[in-house]
Amino acid sequence: MSAEVVFYLLAGFAVVSALLCITQRNIIASAMWLVSTMFSLAAIYVILNAQFIAAIQVLVYAGAVMVLFLFVIMLLNVGRGGSDLRGAPVRLVAVLIGGGLLAQLFLLGRVTPGGMAVLRGAAAGAGSPMAGFPEGQVAMSAPAAQGVVGAIAEPLFRQYLVPFELTSILLLAAAVGAVVLAKRKL
Amino acid sequence: MLLGPSLLLSALLFTIGVAGVVIRRNAIVLFMCVELMLNAVNLTFVALSQVLGLAGQVIVFFVMTVAAAEAAVGLAIILAVFRHTRSVDLKNINLLQG
Repeated sequence: MSAEVVFYLLAGFAVVSALLCITQRNIIASAMWLVSTMFSLAAIYVILNAQFIAAIQVLVYAGAVMVLFLFVIMLLNVGRGGSDLRGAPVRLVAVLIGGGLLAQLFLLGRVTPGGMAVLRGAAAGAGSPMAGFPEGQVAMSAPAAQGVVGAIAEPLFRQYLVPFELTSILLLAAAVGAVVLAKRKL
Repeated sequence: MLLGPSLLLSALLFTIGVAGVVIRRNAIVLFMCVELMLNAVNLTFVALSQVLGLAGQVIVFFVMTVAAAEAAVGLAIILAVFRHTRSVDLKNINLLQG
């Protein structure tokens, strides 16, 4: 199977899982379908040449974050009793909002590297579709020279060093805040 | 490459996330729908990083960090609210309605 066929299979699986996630009455089932969406996205990241992001997606999202969600669901023992789906008028509003948003975002499906090159004013169609994108060519060739992780570590620890350090402060604040909020008495 | 199809899939997943926030009343499911939207945005970053450089994949890291922090604090708030009202249903959480 070519990469495109696998991509469309995974994309269909991701969309169906996401739809089941928002319509399942049982919260645990809902969370499990969300995990399935995240796994499909991780596989799609591999097809899009972002192997390290795929690994992080499985470890952090499908692993840590969803375990946290399941932990809280089981701790609170919620999900019993009636459905929490809203009534028909709100569902109609949801369809209208979703349809409007999708109509606006639908144009994204027509984006191609050649079209983006035209927007940038570069010479489109000059040989390869990547002709107008030096950064993209670096992104394609850097993993071969530096390895998949090294290619991402380079900009992370040079260009984005200050945001990276600020991230650690954010995580510390979130950890302290979560403890303070969840504790009965301080 | 698959740039257009990836962005279209991202748009679909984001729309499903928004619809989920509108139609559900359970606070935990609302948080899961927000995670779904963040995942859709991550897919956009990864797809465009093929063309516009590896900085997009670095941004995905930051988005994941913020998502993890948001989930931790949000679930702690849900726990605190559950102790107060014995429910995570949004129709029972109306303290600010006066």
